[in-house]
Amino acid sequence: MPVNRRQFIQIGGAALGGAAVASGLTTKWWGLDRDRVADPATDGETVATFCELCFWGCGVKAHVRDGRVTKIVGNPDHPLSRGMLCPRGAGGTGLLYDPDRLTRPLVRRRERGEDVFEPVSWDAALNEVGEKLLRVKARHGAEAVALFTHGSGGTWFKHFMKAWGSPNVGAPSYAQCRGPREAGFLLTYGTPLGSPEPIDLANARVITLIGSHLGENMHNTQVQELAEAIGAGAELVVVDPRFSVAAGKARYWLPIRPGTDIALLLAWMNVILTEGRYDAEYLAKNAVGLDELKAHVADKTPEWAYVHTGIRPDLIRASARLIASARPASLIHPGRHTTWYGDDTQRERAMAILAALLGSWGRRGGYLSFGKMSLPAYPVAKPMPHPERKEADKPKAGGFPIAGEVIASGLCDASVPGSALYDLKAWIAYGCNLMQALPSRPQTIKAIQNLELLVAVDVLPAEICGWADVVLPEATYLERDDDVAAPAYKQPFLALRQQVVPPLGESRPGWWIAKELAGKVALGEYFPWKDAREYVDARLRAGGHDVAKARATGVVLGKPAASCEEEGLPVQIATDSKKIELRSAQLAQLGFDPIPQYYPPDDGPPGHFRLLAGRAPTHTFGRTVNNRLLAEPYPENEVWVNADAARALPGFDGPLRTGDRVMLVNQDGARSGPVRAKVTERIRGDCVFLVHGWGQTARKLRYAYGRGASDTALTTRYKTDPIMGGTGMNVNFVKLEPAGRSA
Amino acid sequence: MKKRYAMAVDTRRCVGCNACVISCKTENALPEGGFRDWVVQEVSGKFPDLAMEIRSERCNHCSAPSCVDACPTGASHVAEGGVVGVTKAKCTGCKACIAACPYGARYVHPAGYADKCTFCLHRVQLGKQPACVETCPTRSLTFGDLSDPGSPVAQLVASRRHKVLAPERGTEPNVFFLA
Repeated sequence: MPVNRRQFIQIGGAALGGAAVASGLTTKWWGLDRDRVADPATDGETVATFCELCFWGCGVKAHVRDGRVTKIVGNPDHPLSRGMLCPRGAGGTGLLYDPDRLTRPLVRRRERGEDVFEPVSWDAALNEVGEKLLRVKARHGAEAVALFTHGSGGTWFKHFMKAWGSPNVGAPSYAQCRGPREAGFLLTYGTPLGSPEPIDLANARVITLIGSHLGENMHNTQVQELAEAIGAGAELVVVDPRFSVAAGKARYWLPIRPGTDIALLLAWMNVILTEGRYDAEYLAKNAVGLDELKAHVADKTPEWAYVHTGIRPDLIRASARLIASARPASLIHPGRHTTWYGDDTQRERAMAILAALLGSWGRRGGYLSFGKMSLPAYPVAKPMPHPERKEADKPKAGGFPIAGEVIASGLCDASVPGSALYDLKAWIAYGCNLMQALPSRPQTIKAIQNLELLVAVDVLPAEICGWADVVLPEATYLERDDDVAAPAYKQPFLALRQQVVPPLGESRPGWWIAKELAGKVALGEYFPWKDAREYVDARLRAGGHDVAKARATGVVLGKPAASCEEEGLPVQIATDSKKIELRSAQLAQLGFDPIPQYYPPDDGPPGHFRLLAGRAPTHTFGRTVNNRLLAEPYPENEVWVNADAARALPGFDGPLRTGDRVMLVNQDGARSGPVRAKVTERIRGDCVFLVHGWGQTARKLRYAYGRGASDTALTTRYKTDPIMGGTGMNVNFVKLEPAGRSA
Repeated sequence: MKKRYAMAVDTRRCVGCNACVISCKTENALPEGGFRDWVVQEVSGKFPDLAMEIRSERCNHCSAPSCVDACPTGASHVAEGGVVGVTKAKCTGCKACIAACPYGARYVHPAGYADKCTFCLHRVQLGKQPACVETCPTRSLTFGDLSDPGSPVAQLVASRRHKVLAPERGTEPNVFFLA
């Protein structure tokens, strides 16, 4: 009879006295047992693959013991993880063994959004999708089908869309995230930045973060390099309305009034230009528009900026001088989530221009050029069809001339009849919860109600699944093979996604779902491979790589090339003029400000706080909030409220205290669920902060459902960037209402 | 010379991401709600003049461990290298050690015994680093033998300004927080 210690103690010695004689228990009182620190026995066979908890793609090794993944550790051979992981990467088992996972294909049986489904066979589910897709194609053309995709398994569905003949493939990671930055750098230097960003944090001597909360925003390699830089004595300048983790490490923290960053950037340029602290030689050689820029910022003094930003002139001057003192190894971090106020391309332009004044583009400690390993495509005999119509992601009247990628919110808009060049009638949502990713939930729902088909491919029953007609359960990244990852990086590499354990239930890998679906719509010829493993092996072999070695280590390393001027690579500028455009001729021609101008942001109604959102290191927006392992150190989000402001909030009997539950109500009456307050000195009094991704409305996410508050639900307004279509979401204001003491 | 395992935690590098916490939980197969390490963010000052210290904390593996003194069964003991261990089979879950520890380093495992950080002795004995040290993306954690003056941990403690937690308790901690 197996009895554990607690049971033994509860039952007491009398009943089990006989058994105890035979066990070690009798001896322990005499000190005869050997003291022992137990081995938890979590080492096992390892499989090298790469992570999918966020989109950085760090190399990992998964330990398997008795068929279960016991732990996930960093792969030392992988350039992005270098053997180290962030909490999410280490917490991948929380996703794999999430008890709420989708394990069977589902077909909707009630109204959209009621989240009532019937489990069906794969054959039935794919037949239904196939039939409806063909019907949409017959009635509206192949282009009426759109794919929203985020994540490595998406490559199979992108391939499906090419074969199908629709150009409407978008990711919210552009117009809801990186887009303005890509446009700003494209306009200034002729190249977007991409991911991983080609920045040299490790060698920077001053690092300036503008709204980026690196350290809470946990892009592994960047955080590693940030720490390396700090260890080597680099100084930080942090511009943030919130005292972020990075601000806590900064020489200068500039607690800026939200929405006024361009004023600060112009004032910094004013100081650097008027005090002659810029790299004149570099600019003379590489840039155009310096005289116009000088004239433009001549009156943008720190005193002028103080009025707008709330940052004292002496602090603006001191920080500008520190930033300039380290040039060219002075990195103006470009940020990543940059869709804030609708003027975001211009803010990123201002950051790019500041980087140019420091001569840091193409220089060590600044912006680098990354190389990429190429790999031959898997041969597909049948030529791909050419879509007859171009993307429907822009309004009928046109606009967003600098958009370099498809605008996901534009695809959503195009599903409301008559909005775009033509109407979209079917969506495939691969691994992206559009309910949280797109701005304005009511608008997304309106678009969905016009669709003839919505298919969701996901690992978990995310909110978007509740709105789908058919839900296809995908296997997690630990249960599937995917295409090779080959991002541009200073150490070029290929990384392999390899199945560690078999898929749970009837969940299937993305490659299988796409291939089977292709078979249902007579596109099987475009998917000639047996499976993803054969596909990847063929590509590796065609590229002349040792397949067995690649499978063992999970990585193929390429030759690093010179990445900056110090390594012998001349400064690379790809604009039409082949110069850094401090003044953008292209923007002037399009009728936009050729040099960024400051326009004051709109204020909120009285008694309201501007709603800001960001990250916690344990979470990747809504993707991880149901992960019970990651929930242990961070169980739900909190609303950050300034301590002074919390003392006398309208509608509250007494001061608000940390842990009290409040409701957030926005300017249009949209409400959040109850959320705990974090009353803190670490934020300005005119804004509140939420970690994005919480406040899930999907009931089937049994852990996350109803926990914390959703910033998306409170984002009923957004401001569209006229240059590239980004949706600025920091333009909503909330007031707080009491929701009773915490349970 | 006798080994003295120690850890230096660089509070300047640490971003408080909790990778140490998650990797510890999976390495040691800890139960839900059980933590052998955790992150503390200590904020001082008033807006906008603020300072923050971030510490990845765990058992201090004290040289004068009050928990070992308090243990009535001898389960809590000093193991190799000064590591403070708990022998599961000897522990009755009486919590005397939990009351005696000034650092909140111990919790009661659902199986009925007091559980805590072992400096991953099972890994260290194989020449590996503790799981938290291995995964830390900021390399804030340095583990090693303080008795060896050439070890990275000894060099950090010798060269950097540092503190231990609750020194007034006289427990002589072996986890050092570098400022």
